Parts: sequence; C-alpha cells; structure tokens
Amino acid sequence: MDLVSNFAGILLGGLSAGTVLFIVSVGLSVTMGLMGFVNLAHGAFAMFGGYVIVLAMNRAHVGFGLALALGFLATAALSVVLERLLYRRLYRANELDQVLFTIGLIFIFMAATILVVGPESQTLQLPPALGGQLNLGFIQYRTYSIFLIVVGFLIALGIWLAFERTRIGAQIRATVDNRRMAESLGINVDRLFTITFAFGSGMAGLGGGLGAEFLGLDPQYALKYLVYFLIAVSVGGLGSVLGVYYASLLLGVLDFVFKLYLPKGGTIFIYALTILLLLWRPQGLFGRKET
Amino acid sequence: MSAAPVPAKPAAAGPWLDQPAARALMRRHRLRWWEALPWLAAIGFYFAFPDYLGFGSELLIAILFALSLDLALGYAGIITLGHAAFFGTGAYTVGLLAFHGIWTEPITSLILAALAAAVVGLASGLVLLRTRGLTLLMLTICTMALLEQAANMARDITGGFDGLPSLPIAPVFGVFEFSPLYANTQFLYSLAVLLLCFAFVRTLVYSPFGQSLTGIRENILRMHAVGSPVRRRLVICYAISAALAGVAGGLWAQTNAYVNLSVLDLDRAATVLIVLILGGYGRLYGAFVGAVVYLALAHFLARFYPTAWQLGLGVLLVLIALFARNGILGLGETLLRRYTARRAAP
Repeated sequence: MDLVSNFAGILLGGLSAGTVLFIVSVGLSVTMGLMGFVNLAHGAFAMFGGYVIVLAMNRAHVGFGLALALGFLATAALSVVLERLLYRRLYRANELDQVLFTIGLIFIFMAATILVVGPESQTLQLPPALGGQLNLGFIQYRTYSIFLIVVGFLIALGIWLAFERTRIGAQIRATVDNRRMAESLGINVDRLFTITFAFGSGMAGLGGGLGAEFLGLDPQYALKYLVYFLIAVSVGGLGSVLGVYYASLLLGVLDFVFKLYLPKGGTIFIYALTILLLLWRPQGLFGRKET
Repeated sequence: MSAAPVPAKPAAAGPWLDQPAARALMRRHRLRWWEALPWLAAIGFYFAFPDYLGFGSELLIAILFALSLDLALGYAGIITLGHAAFFGTGAYTVGLLAFHGIWTEPITSLILAALAAAVVGLASGLVLLRTRGLTLLMLTICTMALLEQAANMARDITGGFDGLPSLPIAPVFGVFEFSPLYANTQFLYSLAVLLLCFAFVRTLVYSPFGQSLTGIRENILRMHAVGSPVRRRLVICYAISAALAGVAGGLWAQTNAYVNLSVLDLDRAATVLIVLILGGYGRLYGAFVGAVVYLALAHFLARFYPTAWQLGLGVLLVLIALFARNGILGLGETLLRRYTARRAAP
C-alpha cells in the first residue's frame, strides 16, 4: 500500500510539473516548426504572463480564473506587437542572428522586470478551492496538482483536435510539412504564423502563471528554465503537439524521480538521456524526418 | 600574320599572375601594418595602467576564448551554445592537477589542458556533428550541462559547487611568480599565450584547410560535390577550436588561481557568443574588438548600474541582430567602403 501510494505520489508530482512544461513549450514547438525560428525568448513570454497573473491577483485582487485569462491575453497581445515590429525582420536571417536577437530580448525582459516590479521573487496565492488536498481513493494528493494535470490534458486534447479537425490546423500542418508548397497553394503563411505565434505566446504566459506556485517567479525565470523548454521541444519533435505533450510529461516525471532519489546532481541523467535520444532520432520523438 | 603583337610575359610566372583577382588572392594573407596595433596597444596598456592588469589579463583570456569560438562558429559555421564545455575542461584540468599537487608547472599544464579539451571536443564532435540546426544547438548545450553536473557531483575531486580555491601555480620558467596582488606576470604570460595561439589560428584559416572550412560554411552541398571530406574537416576543426578554448580555460584558472562551476555554465557560453558576434565573426579580429568593447562596458557599467547594463546590453544585441549583422567590424567595413566609394565618385 505504502509503495503504491509512494509511486502514485511521484507520478502525480512529475505529471503536474510536466504539464506546466507542456503548456509553456507547446507554442515554441509549433512556431519553430512553422518558421524554423530559434526563439530563445519564449521563456521570457512565460515570465511576462506569470508576472501579469501574479500581480493581478496580489495587487489588484483579481480572481484566479480572470487573472489567468488576463495573463494569456496580455502575453498574446505583447507577442503580436513584437512579432510585427521585430521578429518578422529576422525570418530569413541565419540561426545565429536569431539566437543573438532573442538573447537580447531575454536581457531586456529581465532588466525591465527588475526596473518595474523589483528583483524579489513573487509568490502565487492559490484560491482556497485549489489549496487543499484531494482524496483520490488510493492516495491523498494536492488538489492543485490534480487540477493542473486535468487542465493540461484538456488543453492538449483541445489543441490536438484543433490541429486535426479545423481548417487552420490543417494549414499549420501543411506549412510545417512543406512551407513552399503550402504557400503556392494560397495559404497565407504570414498571417498563419502571427496567429500561431500569438496563441503560443499566450499559452506560455498562462503556463508561467500556472507554474509560478512551484517553479517560482523572479527576473531570472526566462533563463533558468530555458534549457528545459528547449529539451521538451527538441525531444518531442518540432511542430508536433502530441510530441511535446509526451516529452514534457516524461521530462517532468524523470526530473521528479531523479531529484527525489539523487538530490545531488540528478539532472545529469536528464541531459544524458536527451543527448542519447537526440543522437538516435535527431528530429525528436514525433518530428518528421528532414528530406 | 597580321595579328597585333602580343606583349611579352615572363614565361615562368604564367599569364594568370597578371590578373588582378590572382594578385588580390595572393596578397590576402599578407601581414598588414595595422595588424601590429592590438599588440602595441596591449604593451601600451601594460605601462599605462599598472593597476588594471588583472582586468587586462581577463580581457586577453576573453579574446582567446572568443577566437577559439570564431574558428568553429565563424569559419566552419558550427552553431554552438556550449563552448564553455571546453573552456571548463581546460580550467578543471589545470585546477585538478594543481590542487591535488600532481603538476603545477604552468606551460605544460596549459598543453595538458589543450589536450584534454581536444579529446572532449573530438569525442563530442564525432557524434554531435552529424546533426544540424536546433538539434545541434541543443546537443551542445546538453553536453556542457552534462559536464557541469558531473563536476558538481564529483564533490570529492572537484570541490563541487564551491570549486577549488587557492591553486598553487609554479612560476613561469621557474622565475616569474604569479602574485595575487600585482598581475604583471599574469598579463604578460596571457599576452604571450594569446600571441602564439593567434599566430596559429591565423596560419590555419589561410591554409587550404581553413579555406575548405569557409567553403563548408558557405555551401556544404558543393563541398560534398567536389569530394571534400566535410565531416572529417568539421570534426578536426571542432577539436582544434576546443583545444584553444581549453587553453583559454587553463589560463583563466592559472591567472585567477581558482576554478569553480562558473567555467562550465550557460552564462559563460552565451557571453563568449555575444562577444564574438558583437565584434564580428569569421574575421579574426572580431574577437579582439568584441572582447574589448564588451568587457570594458561590463567592467565599468555593470558594477554601478547592473540593471541598466542588462537593459542596454539587451537593446544592443537586438540592434546588432537587426541592423549590423556582421558586428562592429562589419559595420566599420561597410562605412569605410561607402566613404571610399563617395570619394572615388566625381
């Protein structure tokens, strides 16, 4: 009994962390798959959304649900402005310039956060309904973790359905597969990308808020978790929603297990596994092979 | 025959020697007068700012590290965000040898650091360089993170997070001591190592090997088509670049007399990338310009206005990515060309 509940506890903890990773990374995966743009500043969008959500709750005393919506919308709006003004000038530039540009954006976000809000880390006050423990029959577990896992599953399902069943989803899949062909069939890739970019950044903002409770939220956030977002995306495969979902959950659970049993430097296995996996399948688990 | 008389040519040299293109190509790798300037400036710095020699040796090491990255990234076009892996390997090689009292002689230590880093570069290059783009970027980051975590875990040997303090480094040639108060030896020693490494890199990039690297960067398909051993060239270049980064790391450990995990972290890898791109990659002297500008700004601004420095650096990077793709040197070249074009025009 003890073993079972121990195991379930690890699994739930890992899954909830992985869910947050998925919500943040899914936009990065799709936009990278669409445009091949190396957007290291994606974590900065997550940080921005997280700050909007936490500050709305702590300072303006907005409800949790409304704050989440606000965070999503604010991040999406900001990303559209940045995309229209700056990002689109670099679509045809080489990866190096894209890396440099997005590292620059990270620094600007970090400094702006310190200047506007301050260097101290922010804490998210959960609403009482999500704060307690939930009895699942075989285990007592934190309500918020269960909530995250369910929400993440619904989001993954929703995005997957949108990808498979809607017109715009079909257009995105077509563009990821073969951009030139999609363009010559009359798909407006430019507009498509702006929409996906806004949605993906909004999701990142949402994830930043949802994860603030256990990932913390401070001006270093944009850099601190960047490697994890990138691992989720590259292991899952560019442009694949299911791939990022599975990769994030796997990463979350593994990270949880290693940190629990090997508190000193357990992350070494995460990096080793990532290297092995990428050597075995350079395109990621669910990515299309380059032709 | 009524053909116009053909001007006589020296038979041995061949007719192609008169072509302006041939002459320009032959002159390409000659030493120019201005190439002495950085070294004169370094010697001038030594006499003018005796209180800043510690900062000066830090600057020289940053130049060497950026130069090593230039070889892989600027010349061969290998996009990496994990170059600190080799800097750290070199630093830990020197650090471990000195701390555990195995070997403290500085010059041979540097050679060992270069060898250790070259081995890591060769081994990782053999497997990583099969990939491209984002996958390659991720693999370089993960390799570096792997080494960092390994150094963190092997606490008993590497000192873990705290690192190895107060390394005993023997005097250079048994005469010139590394003094923690006066960095004269550190500065001149770093300068000599940089000069040697620079001469090596300069010779290398103008050799046929270096030319083929540029070819791989510009058009990998064509290099495959003409039968160039692309993968082998890339791996060798990566290993050489790693060895030079290892020398830089070893120098860093010797001049600072300590090693810690910061030699292996993403921050260092990102900084050297910024330094190189700021100066201009693929042009030898970009590393010099980038390191001087970046470190001077970082040293004096970051201490007093850390947040403003971060903001300014961010804006600078964005502007460079948008408008000055080839860094400061590239910008200077463009301006110079425009100026001479305007003067040439009537």
